[in-house]
Amino acid sequence: MSDSNSGGSADAPTEAVSGINKSLLIPLAVFVALVLVLAVGFRLEDPHFLPSELIDQQFPDFALNELNVSGRVVTREDLIGQVALVNVWATWCPNCLIEHPELMRISREEGLPLFGINYNDESVKARKWLVRHNNPFQFNIVDDQGKLGIDLGVYGAPETFVLDANGVIQYRHVGPVTRRVWEETLRPVVDLLLSQSSPSSKIVEG
Amino acid sequence: MIVELGHFSLILALGLAFSLALLPTIGVYQRQPRLMEMAGSLSAGLFVFLLLSFVCLAYAFWTDDFSVAYVARNSNSALPLQYKMSAIWGAHEGSFLLWTLIMGGWTLAVSIFSQGLTLDMRARVLAILGALTIGFILFMLLTSNPFDRTLPVFPADGADLNPLLQDFGLIVHPPMLYMGYVGMAVPFAFAIATLTTGRLDAAWARWSRPWTNVAWAFLTVGITLGSWWAYYELGWGGWWFWDAVENASFMPWLIGTALVHSLAVTEKRGVFKSWTVLLAIFAFSFSLLGAFIVRSGVLTSVHAFAVDPERGMFILGFLILVIGGSLMLYAVKVSGIKSEAGFDWTSRETLVLVNNLLLVTATGAVLLGTLYPLIYEAMTDGKKISVGPPYFNAVFVPLMLLLFAAMAVSPTSRWKKTPLIFFTQQWKPVLASLLIVGALVWFLGSSFSGVVVLVDAVALWIVINLARDWWSKVANKAQKLPSLLRQTMSYYGMLLGHLGIAVALIGVCTTVYYTEEKDLRMAPGDVVSLAGYEFRFNEMRKVQGPNYVADQAEIEVLKDGVRQTLLFPEKRFYEAARNMMTEADIDPTLFRDLYVALGEPIDGTAWAVRVHYKPFVRWIWFGGLLIALGGFTTVLDRRYRAVKQARQASLTAGVTV
Repeated sequence: MSDSNSGGSADAPTEAVSGINKSLLIPLAVFVALVLVLAVGFRLEDPHFLPSELIDQQFPDFALNELNVSGRVVTREDLIGQVALVNVWATWCPNCLIEHPELMRISREEGLPLFGINYNDESVKARKWLVRHNNPFQFNIVDDQGKLGIDLGVYGAPETFVLDANGVIQYRHVGPVTRRVWEETLRPVVDLLLSQSSPSSKIVEG
Repeated sequence: MIVELGHFSLILALGLAFSLALLPTIGVYQRQPRLMEMAGSLSAGLFVFLLLSFVCLAYAFWTDDFSVAYVARNSNSALPLQYKMSAIWGAHEGSFLLWTLIMGGWTLAVSIFSQGLTLDMRARVLAILGALTIGFILFMLLTSNPFDRTLPVFPADGADLNPLLQDFGLIVHPPMLYMGYVGMAVPFAFAIATLTTGRLDAAWARWSRPWTNVAWAFLTVGITLGSWWAYYELGWGGWWFWDAVENASFMPWLIGTALVHSLAVTEKRGVFKSWTVLLAIFAFSFSLLGAFIVRSGVLTSVHAFAVDPERGMFILGFLILVIGGSLMLYAVKVSGIKSEAGFDWTSRETLVLVNNLLLVTATGAVLLGTLYPLIYEAMTDGKKISVGPPYFNAVFVPLMLLLFAAMAVSPTSRWKKTPLIFFTQQWKPVLASLLIVGALVWFLGSSFSGVVVLVDAVALWIVINLARDWWSKVANKAQKLPSLLRQTMSYYGMLLGHLGIAVALIGVCTTVYYTEEKDLRMAPGDVVSLAGYEFRFNEMRKVQGPNYVADQAEIEVLKDGVRQTLLFPEKRFYEAARNMMTEADIDPTLFRDLYVALGEPIDGTAWAVRVHYKPFVRWIWFGGLLIALGGFTTVLDRRYRAVKQARQASLTAGVTV
């Protein structure tokens, strides 16, 4: 730098600052509103774990059509027998697409049955969706009226319930199941259930 | 050891960023030239240590150091070297290191190429860039450190890079995009520096303009590459999804486009000064907002990084500090600024104002659509919805058509006031465009569509007016070629940019209306015809890649019984990540793409196959690259160099006196 004498040229000429033009505050106001939206959307508590009234309750009764086999009706009895995951999904839900590869992996590798609830959806679209992205589920319950969803207290899709061998809900996860969610949250619950001699006893720590 | 060195140099860079933010600022307020001059060397030091840090991470990837958590999660010993390198920015932590490194690069560039600025201004601008860098480095060190180790127990091999990202497009897309995002920090810093001096003159527009154009051109390249990548890699044949993360990059681009235009007017005519400053603040704010959307997990998308509430809180705090602070400063300092020159409603200034209002409205609409799921979720106690393309297309397309009409007439307009006859004369090129495009669509199109005629006619109208304007510069000159060469590079940049818009517009409209596609089940020997082509499914075979195995189909494309090409779409299984991927195969030409993707295997030898015929789809990205080229070209303008030299001369003169 050769221009050492040009430094410190001037500070603010401070005329005309006295009265702020109100309209200049509009951008700031818009921004504050935006921050509020972001902050609400980004709640401080972890939005992915929701306490459920249904934990330790039997999975609600239902009798609904199966998605891919026309004429087949599935009921609560079909979910009972072993530790299983029940996943609530829909084609309108981008999160479901995000968790899908992980569900595929779980169904391939973890030896754990997965059941789908196709929630508030159009069955034609749902069938196509499963063809395109593969089907990790043993079967899919058509809940196009959202009734089973109400019984389950479903918040939105995706949600995943862990059921023990007696069909008792032991855990509920809201939001996509990622590898991390599986490793840190769901797998410990599943392992505990699998290792327990009396499957219906309560989980202390999730 | 090398990894710790990287971590350590990141901490040193933090120290330098603090010094860069503080020392020159103290220099400015205590009028100490020595402190102000330190900005240059501090910028250089900051860049060097960020670079060192980045190289250390690259080394960890190169040597398969899986004791580093980030490397273990995103690389694998079988991963080809070029993807090991691009894996550095394949996930959150490393990509943010790249972001910060690029920030350091821009800061260094400003310190090198701003010798023409007054010492005071240069110190202010670099200090602001340094202050922003503090935030970026702190974010990394506190919430997302790429150098974290998983000692003592570490995996024998890595989890592999997400297969979607193992691709050329993803090697170059993020760096280009970040060049754009972070580059917007430069006009932002100029704007804030000018506000702090309280003297909002047209000079800052001249300083900011080349920087803005370059950053905006990089952003254009980044978005174009992203669109191209999504097209060939995601296997849906779509090229724009209105996905939250795409929108996050599109909003700063829209605002940047407005800024590029309004800076031109501010520089030439001295009007819109406070508005232009606001746009400069907005452009960078939207870059930061984009970072928040992508990295906080507040909205979900195909691009989403791992969700972590801490990161979201940090970025939100940073947003409030930076954007809130800037807007407050703006409100306080801009009061009382008057434009120097007036203009008539028929002037070119008015057209640029229209351009700005439409672009800002479009940005607002995109922002609303992007955040609406959040608002809805909050109001309805957690029902998650997606707004999706119907909303965006419905609000965005009409706004853009208005914008393009304004763009078409702009070359005929004059500064200050345009004779109305110039506008009324426009019925001639409009009619000519409609007739030409109408005839072309009638004879060549598979079906006649009024919308296609209208939109493509607008594109042609833009081109005709650009060509006429260009010709008018030389029409009455004796020596045509020299006078063409004498036109400024800014002018040629404008021509290229607007031409690019017309090209992209033709691509978008034609692709949307004339794409044909079929989803069907095909077994070896099956033939399907689409848009005059026949696709014959010859056979399936197994292919072994470096880190995947694939089922590969051979599909022969015939036209009138003559073989055109062979296509080899694949379904890949990546072993380490245990992921299935669809790899489409495309036969691209200037006027149409043939696109084949494999779905799932169906009973035995048959597969679900998706075949597309996409006319003019290349034009979209070709147009995007032309727009970017236009942006880069403007910087070559002699004016900017001349200004620098003149200032240099006057400053040296000042020293000798």
